[in-house]
Amino acid sequence: MFETAQAVQGVTAVDLYARYPDFNIDVDAEQAQLVEHDVIIFQHPLYWYSAPSIMKEWQDLVLEYGFAYGQHGHELDDKVFMNAVTTGAKHAAYSEEGMNHADLRSLLAPFEKTADLCRMKYLAPFVLFGAGRAVEEGRLDVHRNAYDDLLKALVAGRLDLEQAARTDVMTDVLDDFILKAEGV
Amino acid sequence: MELLSDAFVYLCAAVIAVPIANRLGLGSVLGYLIAGVVIGPVLGIVGSETTEVQHFAEFGVVMMLFLVGLELQPAVLWKMRKQLIGLGGLQVVGTTAVFAGIALAFGLAWQGALALGMILALSSTAIVLQTLNEKGWLKTQGGQSSFSVLLTQDIAVIPMLAVLPLLAVRHASGHDAAHSDGHGASGHEGGGAHGGEALAALPGWAQALVIFAVIIAIIIAGRHLLRPVFRFIAEAHLREIFTATALLLVIGIALLMDFVGLSPALGTFLAGVVLSDSDYRHELESDIEPFKGLLLGLFFLTVGAGIDFNLLFGAPVTIFGLALGLMAVKFALLFGLGTLFRLEGPDRWLFALGLAQAGEFAFVLFGFASSSGALEQSLLQTMTLVVAISMLLTPALFILYEKVVAPRASSKSVREPDVIDSKGRVVIVGMGRFGQIVGRLLLTSGYDVVILDHDPQTVENLSKVGMRTFYGDATRPDLLHAAGVGDADLFIAAIDDRDKQTLVVEHVAKTYPKVKILARARDRHHVYELENVGAHIAEREVFEGALALGRQALVALGSHPFRARTKAKEFRNHDFAMLDDLRENYNDGGVDKSYLDAMRAHAETLYEIMRVDRGEERHERTERGWNPPPKSDATLGLEPEGEESRG
Repeated sequence: MFETAQAVQGVTAVDLYARYPDFNIDVDAEQAQLVEHDVIIFQHPLYWYSAPSIMKEWQDLVLEYGFAYGQHGHELDDKVFMNAVTTGAKHAAYSEEGMNHADLRSLLAPFEKTADLCRMKYLAPFVLFGAGRAVEEGRLDVHRNAYDDLLKALVAGRLDLEQAARTDVMTDVLDDFILKAEGV
Repeated sequence: MELLSDAFVYLCAAVIAVPIANRLGLGSVLGYLIAGVVIGPVLGIVGSETTEVQHFAEFGVVMMLFLVGLELQPAVLWKMRKQLIGLGGLQVVGTTAVFAGIALAFGLAWQGALALGMILALSSTAIVLQTLNEKGWLKTQGGQSSFSVLLTQDIAVIPMLAVLPLLAVRHASGHDAAHSDGHGASGHEGGGAHGGEALAALPGWAQALVIFAVIIAIIIAGRHLLRPVFRFIAEAHLREIFTATALLLVIGIALLMDFVGLSPALGTFLAGVVLSDSDYRHELESDIEPFKGLLLGLFFLTVGAGIDFNLLFGAPVTIFGLALGLMAVKFALLFGLGTLFRLEGPDRWLFALGLAQAGEFAFVLFGFASSSGALEQSLLQTMTLVVAISMLLTPALFILYEKVVAPRASSKSVREPDVIDSKGRVVIVGMGRFGQIVGRLLLTSGYDVVILDHDPQTVENLSKVGMRTFYGDATRPDLLHAAGVGDADLFIAAIDDRDKQTLVVEHVAKTYPKVKILARARDRHHVYELENVGAHIAEREVFEGALALGRQALVALGSHPFRARTKAKEFRNHDFAMLDDLRENYNDGGVDKSYLDAMRAHAETLYEIMRVDRGEERHERTERGWNPPPKSDATLGLEPEGEESRG
């Protein structure tokens, strides 16, 4: 999926663990990069119902008071934020009745709240459920193609942001959200 | 006032001459001698009174032997016994015999010949040890052997001091008594010759008994009485009183020995050995050391001042001939011994060239020999000159070794470089403290690594633990080629020697432009230097280690471990930023004003960054950690009854 993202024109794909193998995050550089972009996607596997630790460290350091939030922190206003997540469990596990007794979007609430506080638009997570068996079940390529579509739509401004914000999750069926190229 | 003006002259001479001599690689002993020559024979500032001063200064010898004794822990000596008795013993005995034989051939009486032989067998501990240390040769085989021999010689001085009075030529003693009035030739410390008046009335067996009892008393008192005394005094925490006690001990023993007719040097040496494994050894050493140094310096000054230049100018050929002959003979004997004890190549040369001079002990022993009448005064004058010249020539011998022997030895080295028959993606040269860590990391990660080192010992040790290492000098282009640098992806230069390291990196960068070069750098400037000659990555060798220790220091001082980590991280970030910034200010010449300015500016920001500000000011800090928003911000629901807060 990272390779998919890398290949899309207009997308800057960052491997945080490669850029900061020692968690030595360069706050100024990261903030400058945020300012330059309109959409921020956290692409990660779900670790303990959240992102891997370097992303938390990144939030703690980069989303500073006075930059991202607070009276004078308006640098991220109106940008779009989204989680692109892969999970181990099947889709069914993420529901009131399922194993986790909650749907994925509610579990990702801290991200949504963070986006809110920074006055960003939060979109429903784009998810590959049951990632462990995605290859055998032939779902990976489908998902990657959908991701490709999604990213291209975001870059071109063809994503229906209102609808994408309202739904619970986005999976590989994106027809509802992506406006047809002719329509733009 | 005369005392002060004398002291002024001597100190002045020493302070000027000794550092200069040291800088020139001549060593401090020669510095003192030269200073003495300048204020004595050359300028004529001091004259005959030097012999009185010399009397006093000889007490430095007594102190030196006390210190020698302190250094000689019996257990350590026992470990070195083979080297000491074998190599050292043979050198002392053999050289003594040869010189005594030569002296006999020149018509000296056997007593004088033996005395002269013993004295000339000694080498200059002061010059040689200092040079070996400075040049870093002490750890080599040659250096170790030299050290053993010097140690044996230091110990051998003790029996020599005891024997010299016995070599007194009986009929000469009257003549000598008259002599010592005229020349004042170091009578008192001779001890054996003059002391013992108190016991003279006793019969021989009673004298022997008293002497024996005194020695036993020193050993027992040293073991059981002195330690509690030192502890009591140390607990008072009065430094000067401890120093006074140490001095009192040395002087007291000297007096006691003098009283019973033994050499004071022998007594203090014994006391030193007894105290060598006590807890107060280092404290005693550091207390006595300056007194010893100054007194010995004064002693050498007076020797220099007493050198008879008329003698030298009267017969320069004879004197220089004797000095060169002396060194040639000593060299030949040492070289033979080196061969016998399997010293190889440059080590044997170092050993033989280094110890070929006569030593400062000779001046001391000449004094004894003269007062006991074992040697003629006129001969002593000549020999003093000969010894001094042989010492003066010593630095030249070391230079000969360094410039001629060592390079040749390494170029057609003792051991031929290994044939390198394996290839790898990585070539590492230099497998010392640094290279080993890099090498182990790569090897255990499963990479094929070709390792080169120029130290046979290292190669052998690494092979023992299963790391295949090839022996060879990485500055040789053909070896680098054989190691497969041309086909490797990575070349890692981890050579300790700064200049060699740069040289190797430059060569590889030029010859193999495709290989990526990672280099160990000594310091920041070396990083730039290596980058300039083509290293892709250069890492300072001690930076991370020092930072880790500094971080632990912060923790030890009470910092929270994570806070200490953050601090160290900030420091590191800043330092690397500085490394980048200063790069353009650095040019090959080194440091100019713009560089220093940039550096100063960085130092100031660092202080800003590292300062711990508390409270509201935290938001002004450049430090980036998670900081809670200020209470004043109404947009965040932070008011007392607020229900919303940041997640």
